[in-house]
Amino acid sequence: MWSRRSCRYRPDASGLEELRARRREQESALRKARRQQQLVSKRLLREEVNGDGQAGVEIAAEPLSEQEVLQLLRDVQRGREERKKLLSRLRQGLQHKETQQKFVRLEGSMRVLIGLFTSSLANIQMEAARCLHELSHSCDPAVAEACLPATSYLLTYLSGHSVEFTELCLYTLGNLAVESDAVRKQLLPQGIIPALASCIQSPHVAVLEGLGYVLSQLLQATEAPTKIIPLVLDSVLPQHMLRLVSSNLELGMGVAVEFAWCLHYIVCSHVNNALLISQGIVSTLVLLLLELASVMSKAATEGLELLICPVLRCLSNLLVEDETEGCKVQIQDERLLVALFLFMQYFLQQHPFLVQECLWLLNNLTADEPFFCSAVLTLDLLPALLQLLSCSRMVTLLALTVLCNIAEKGPAYCYQLHQKAVLPSLLSTLALSDAQVVGQSLELLHLLFLHLPEAADDFLSQAGLQALEQHQDNPQLQERVRALSETYLQPAAASLISCAGASAAVLPSS
Amino acid sequence: MLLPPDLSVSLRVERPLLPVRPRTPPRAPFCFSPSRLRFHRQHEFFEDGDIHRHLYLQDILTNVTEVTERSKVSEFCCHIVGCCQVFDTLEGYEHHYNTLHRNMCSFCKRSFPSVHLLDTHILEWHDSLFQIMAEKQNMYQCLVEGCAEKFKSSKDRKDHLVKVHLYPSDFRFDKPKKAKNSTKNNKPSSKLDVSMPMDVNVETYEQSQVDSMEICPSESVENPTQPMSGPISSLQEKKLYKSRIPSTVCFGQGASRGFKSMKKKV
Repeated sequence: MWSRRSCRYRPDASGLEELRARRREQESALRKARRQQQLVSKRLLREEVNGDGQAGVEIAAEPLSEQEVLQLLRDVQRGREERKKLLSRLRQGLQHKETQQKFVRLEGSMRVLIGLFTSSLANIQMEAARCLHELSHSCDPAVAEACLPATSYLLTYLSGHSVEFTELCLYTLGNLAVESDAVRKQLLPQGIIPALASCIQSPHVAVLEGLGYVLSQLLQATEAPTKIIPLVLDSVLPQHMLRLVSSNLELGMGVAVEFAWCLHYIVCSHVNNALLISQGIVSTLVLLLLELASVMSKAATEGLELLICPVLRCLSNLLVEDETEGCKVQIQDERLLVALFLFMQYFLQQHPFLVQECLWLLNNLTADEPFFCSAVLTLDLLPALLQLLSCSRMVTLLALTVLCNIAEKGPAYCYQLHQKAVLPSLLSTLALSDAQVVGQSLELLHLLFLHLPEAADDFLSQAGLQALEQHQDNPQLQERVRALSETYLQPAAASLISCAGASAAVLPSS
Repeated sequence: MLLPPDLSVSLRVERPLLPVRPRTPPRAPFCFSPSRLRFHRQHEFFEDGDIHRHLYLQDILTNVTEVTERSKVSEFCCHIVGCCQVFDTLEGYEHHYNTLHRNMCSFCKRSFPSVHLLDTHILEWHDSLFQIMAEKQNMYQCLVEGCAEKFKSSKDRKDHLVKVHLYPSDFRFDKPKKAKNSTKNNKPSSKLDVSMPMDVNVETYEQSQVDSMEICPSESVENPTQPMSGPISSLQEKKLYKSRIPSTVCFGQGASRGFKSMKKKV
């Protein structure tokens, strides 16, 4: 799929703008869907070949009328004319929602199509499969559900050897699987999980990518944690997923991307992460990130973020596994830290969402273990971390949290933070209006002053008190502002004055 | 021992771990305590990443990569004896081969979509020991991969497939060995004549003959004439074809059906 994706449009300047507008529209539709917990997408495998066999934009055929559909089906049944051509025409018509709806409403139409789909004539079978695929991709649920009688055959054909045909069956299944609970209630007893478990041993990249797609669709179901994930974990699928998520990077990342998202859906459901941990998921994913970080600077890295994102999420969630389960996860490879910062630097402009995902992992790495806190300082990554304090709200908040994790470790850490100019950055964050961000800054100040008294002096001399005072009336912040002032700053100010007085007394008057 | 010369140096090259003060609970009004964060699947923290993923699925991310063109080769013929289907792409040939020749029963020349179904067919149809054993124990294996159930008859297995695995009752790859002369119900349909065969005229032919759970290569044969013996020569078949099948296409393998009689079809 990855290598098959083509530029569907060859836009000029106005076309480009149209493209962007379309993307914005679709993006906001997706956001809305997600907030309603109805984020569902399907994939379309559509050959784009024009008349002379060259790749290009398919000239969209007209939709078909009900009579035309009926006639086509009759002609196909009677074997009039070249059946493949007839089916092609039907397929083109089925790209349109109206034709799809007319088709499924015709009595017996699905039966005919399935008959052709199970034909022994390979090219007829293929064309019928393409029709089925178009139907599966429909946004009308009635159309997609009309494909239900075909599922047992789709699953049977997964054990076949024709790469293109198997791939098509997989994407069709994936589209159907995401359609509704009712569909999955049929697919599961029909043995989709064992069928996928066999299919995953295929050596073909296209098949594997399609398989990853089906699995990712199944795993996104709301009932997945109870009904689907246990079945998956019980099969050989997890160990193959781990193998596939880190292989084939030279051949293209499509396969790895799909299985990375599968792993994310499994891990974040926290069904049985101990099993995955025992199969070595942590080291597999860490090594994968290291490899991606080193590849990043060299080759074309289009779409790398699609792979990195779910892997980061898996590791972050895995780090949360309870100690009581006997599988507390500990990572001790500081190269991971380097990789994270490389990712953040690389994606800061284009895909800022990845920065917050990296920081989440960084938080989970630095929270309990001093290893990574120490490494941040000794690898001189602090300036980069401080730079993140001027980004989006979530990024700033997470960066502050990481800094708090570091400061909490003790005086040696605070000393380093102070040496490397954390205070000026803090003064900037104190100037922000967001209460949560300011609150986190106050927590950091507290830790600094607690372990390193001289930090309070320096803070004062940089007009820190004034920076604090602007928040003294904010109910969320005032207690902490006052505590800082009274506990650390006022005594510091007093001692400064008394020092100054004392030294004035000592100095000879000129 | 052949150790590298600088080995002992690396004993010392550990990056220093700064000394840690033991953790104490936060002092009020401060509340911060380091903790590993966990986000559930629907958390809004994941929104941006999820949207990005779905934009990719919907192909909205415009990636300008070349479509790998299906390589066309000069026309060639299927290599299997008796099959002279012609192809101009390797994928087309591969699909044809896999559909018709790959999982083929050498006893009766029938083709199957998978090795699993082929093995089951051979066992149930061509293994004389099977019938004997089937009288004493459950031998009919469920067709669904991963299900280990066995049954004493083909019908019991079919019931299981329909009830437990929600398979269609007319699943094409599970037709019983015994002759079943059930004709399709000729319900009058105003739209499509569903009783009409779906695969050229072969469905009716199949219906009236002994059916089996496979894709029969002779489906493409319109008018089989000879019972059993060997594969009919393609020339002979061609004469019986209606003119609509182009002469360059032949579907080999003949109409050998093994041990069933074959009625001539009108």
